[in-house]
Amino acid sequence: MSETSIVETQEPLQEGMAGVVSDFSSDKQSFHVHWGKAMMWIFLLSDTFIFSSFLIGYMTVRMSAQDPWPLTSEVFALSMGGEPIPLLLIAIMTFILITSSGTMAMAVNMGYRKEKKKTFYLMLATAILGASFVGMQVFEWSKLILDEGVRPWANPMGASQFGAAFFMITGFHGMHVTGGVIYLLVVAFRVKNGFYERRGNDYSIVEIAGLYWHFVDLVWVFIFAFFYLW
Amino acid sequence: MSYVALVDRDHEQDHHDPDTFLTKYVWSQDHKVIAIQYGGLAILVGVVALVLSVLMRLQLGFPNEFALINPESYYQFVTMHGMIMVVYLLTALFLGGFGNYLIPLMCGSRDMVFPFLNMLSVWVYFLSVIILIASFFVPGGATGAGWTLYPPQSLSGGTPGTDMGIILMLVSLGVFIVAATMGGLNYVTTVLQYRCKGMTLMRLPLSVWGIFTATILALLAFPALLVSAIMMILDHSVGTSFFMPAMISEGQQLSYNDGSPILFQHLFWFFGHPEVYIVALPAFGLVSDVLATHARKNIFGYRMMVWAILAIGGLSFIVWAHHMYVSGMNPYFGFFFATTTLIIAVPTALKVYNWVLTLWQGNIHLRVPMLFAIGFIFTFIHGGLTGLFLGNVTIDLPLSDTYFVVAHFHMVMGVSPVLVVFASIYHWFPLMSGKMFNETLGKWHFWLTFLGAYAVYLPMHYLGFQGVPRRYFSLGTTDFLPESAHTLNASITISAIILALAQLLFFINIFISLRNGKKAKPNCWGATSLEWLTPDTPPKHGNWGHDLPEVHRWAYDYSVPGQSQDFTPQTVPASEVPVGRDHGVDHDT
Repeated sequence: MSETSIVETQEPLQEGMAGVVSDFSSDKQSFHVHWGKAMMWIFLLSDTFIFSSFLIGYMTVRMSAQDPWPLTSEVFALSMGGEPIPLLLIAIMTFILITSSGTMAMAVNMGYRKEKKKTFYLMLATAILGASFVGMQVFEWSKLILDEGVRPWANPMGASQFGAAFFMITGFHGMHVTGGVIYLLVVAFRVKNGFYERRGNDYSIVEIAGLYWHFVDLVWVFIFAFFYLW
Repeated sequence: MSYVALVDRDHEQDHHDPDTFLTKYVWSQDHKVIAIQYGGLAILVGVVALVLSVLMRLQLGFPNEFALINPESYYQFVTMHGMIMVVYLLTALFLGGFGNYLIPLMCGSRDMVFPFLNMLSVWVYFLSVIILIASFFVPGGATGAGWTLYPPQSLSGGTPGTDMGIILMLVSLGVFIVAATMGGLNYVTTVLQYRCKGMTLMRLPLSVWGIFTATILALLAFPALLVSAIMMILDHSVGTSFFMPAMISEGQQLSYNDGSPILFQHLFWFFGHPEVYIVALPAFGLVSDVLATHARKNIFGYRMMVWAILAIGGLSFIVWAHHMYVSGMNPYFGFFFATTTLIIAVPTALKVYNWVLTLWQGNIHLRVPMLFAIGFIFTFIHGGLTGLFLGNVTIDLPLSDTYFVVAHFHMVMGVSPVLVVFASIYHWFPLMSGKMFNETLGKWHFWLTFLGAYAVYLPMHYLGFQGVPRRYFSLGTTDFLPESAHTLNASITISAIILALAQLLFFINIFISLRNGKKAKPNCWGATSLEWLTPDTPPKHGNWGHDLPEVHRWAYDYSVPGQSQDFTPQTVPASEVPVGRDHGVDHDT
């Protein structure tokens, strides 16, 4: 039942609160959107609770830890020309991920304009940016594990919960990004080979994948704020 | 940009029926088959949990008489009984079983919005059950940490199943959450986006409202359990210290430091309290429909009932720490959580009044489903009132971890939802199977279950006041307990065995009715809601034949004065209502 077609509805939609009321008291459907989009929103709401639980758990163990919490600006510094620059890699990673949200938004636009080729290349660009984010995360992890001796159960800089929370939260987020890259690639290649053209020329899936991608991006902003900057 | 609703694109869909045995019954994407797979598997593991509870009761009633039951196995039985009953039986049965069966039928749709995901859900659930059951057979056996799995004792020596059992339990829960999420997304999206023409949200039967709200709770509460399971697996296998404080166990300093056991309790109960309502809300919904149908009366205060369901669902997220009054919280927290807990009593009491007022002056038919539904009102009031005791901090402190608590939660979220499960199975059995069940056997089943439940749980309140602690393998020589407490324990055990055996009547009834039952007439109870109005009984793949139904009224037009029939199905337009003799119930008003 996933094949759908875009047809303009006959009745005009109301604005503001009146629209909310009429949506919810309507028959057939409560939101005038593709069911896949509704489902993705509900899933993301659920996923929000997962990451919130992770972050609240991290804050609690940070409070219960007796050893000093390592200084993130020092742990996550890279040397450039002999000078350590705090959070350099993280800044680049954040920039890349935010950029990828931009290319994703353009892909959604191109999808609705039925420009198959542009949609494909923009989604491919998004996936490549996402993959490079994961690559940098691998670099960061290996640097911490191999060079600085950070382990999930202990680290030389201070509280053992630092490593535990770091690997768990960035690991879970990294898995989300990796899954997202695969998802984007699948959709991108289906756009390219005309899969959606044959199914009513409907490119809503690009927007649905985009929702997921923006969410993963937004979660990273919170991880960046609460883990790296705090 | 707007979309044409799914029901308006019905003609575009191709409904090719599954034709092989595998696609029809095993890898089926039909919501009705999936519902029966979900429900059947849930009841099957439920039977395992029932047997475990009998084993526990044997030890409690007749201490140390049975060589099979030693302290380790006793704790394993307690843990697995609790976890299976709450998660793998009731959650799976209400959401996966009744949710799957009734949502598309009651909404007037052909199936869930994403049947393939629905099929995955049931098979992932099957996987989680396999992992759970496997934990009985690994070295060290299943975990014996109690169903709440509190660390540090769930991970430290002396507790059974700390090697493999606890890991399998946590992994199984994680897998279950994946299954519940896949199903839950389907249920919520179907209710919101896939209703037939005329079916507004405020015309939905309360069953759909209850299951819908419970599914939202599940989608928002299970994440906390998933996260705590991941953290506990890391604590166990990787050596992190999220939950584990520095401690000495069995003379050994463990390598953990500075973890927060209270964090686990907060995460667990942030899941655990909404879980109570994940089980209760579908029961509230289903029982409302059973009561209205068999009392031939509209449900009293439909809109209030809907808002009460939503209010209970919302409140259930801000009461969790009432499970933790004795955990060592800031006293102001206790004050806050006691207040929110008691506020929940308001919408809940409203629902109970409305059920009773639905019965008031109704044309009550005491058929088997109705007996179970009325039995539910009794047990739920009973369990709800003891909840008011335990919601208050000062009364909870002495009663915490006694049999009073055991009696309370078994009454309110064990017996009550199970009575609704039986009411609903009997009520919808003719629709699901096309056969009638045996009324006499069903009545025997009801009376033995209802009275048996009271014989088991009523004395436990008394034991709790006496101070009998829960989860103890054996009481030994305890001076503060009179001899009668031990006699009472033996009596409870005998009642429990009879109660457990009485459930055989249910299975016998199902089997003989499936084989030799009378053929059920379509809409045999004279119900108004859509699921009874399918062209075939039981409904076929695609549910509605060629055309989708069209709804013209709410789901509770029973005994409307001035109409010749005592029910008007939802599909009857105003112009076609059969008018005639006023058989009405409301002569006085």
